[in-house]
Amino acid sequence: MTCSEFMALLDDLFEDEVGGDLRADLDEHLRGCEHCFITMNTTRQTIEFYANRELYPLPDTLRERLEVAIMEKCRRC
Amino acid sequence: MKPSATETIQLPGTEEVHPDVALVARAREGDLQAFETLVRQYDRQVFRIAQHITQNKEDAEDVVQDAFLKAYEKLHQFQGNSKFYTWLVRIAVNESLMRLRKRRTGKMVSIDEDVETEDGSMPRDLADWGPDPEQMYNQSELAEILRKTIQGLPPGFRVVFTLRDVEGLSTEETAQALGLSVPAVKSRLLRARLQLRERLSRYFRKKNGDGVQ
Repeated sequence: MTCSEFMALLDDLFEDEVGGDLRADLDEHLRGCEHCFITMNTTRQTIEFYANRELYPLPDTLRERLEVAIMEKCRRC
Repeated sequence: MKPSATETIQLPGTEEVHPDVALVARAREGDLQAFETLVRQYDRQVFRIAQHITQNKEDAEDVVQDAFLKAYEKLHQFQGNSKFYTWLVRIAVNESLMRLRKRRTGKMVSIDEDVETEDGSMPRDLADWGPDPEQMYNQSELAEILRKTIQGLPPGFRVVFTLRDVEGLSTEETAQALGLSVPAVKSRLLRARLQLRERLSRYFRKKNGDGVQ
């Protein structure tokens, strides 16, 4: 398996959607390729950083104001 | 204008029915309280998506209002073959791209922008990260780094990454919300993730040259 082929299957690997021979090929590639091993781990960390943080929280006061405005517009429809 | 209640969305049967289905049905019949429940359920997510795409708070506020209003007006067009949330996301993404276009004074902005010309499906930076990047920065510094980093992605990558990895939509739902094929979503997602990873490496790479170079 080449590095490009490994990368193309990265999402399936994260989603645990590969099994059987293909999974064995991926594991074998990982054992011999430090580059792909590092990329896989740091990419996984990248995803976790963004998934676990609220970068754009909606403050309660703004939320209330927006909801009032939306419902007012809907009433006028 | 009240949404038409003539179309059947889905009848409760033996299959599990998403709670939104009943709310949408009631809202179509003019029950504003049911629609308000949907607004309260999804306004945070719509705001977050809009902020990620427009990178502007005022635009994101406008998008939240316009997206829900448009959803209410077009409720009769909602077929029920996708989740209400996926349908709403599609509206919110289109509204966000429109706002982005306006801000760039007419410059074309679409989810295809800059994504066809760049390859980027192979990482270039091979540096490993320190053992715990979270210990290198405090929470607000880290949040700022993450915001700055995602800002630099082309909109076509940013939107796919946001829906898939921030909002947790499946690949199929992301494809449906963006009107893209599943392979196109997968390809953009890979490139978005690798670009973000590479940009974050500037902050998180191992010091003293002990990463793989």
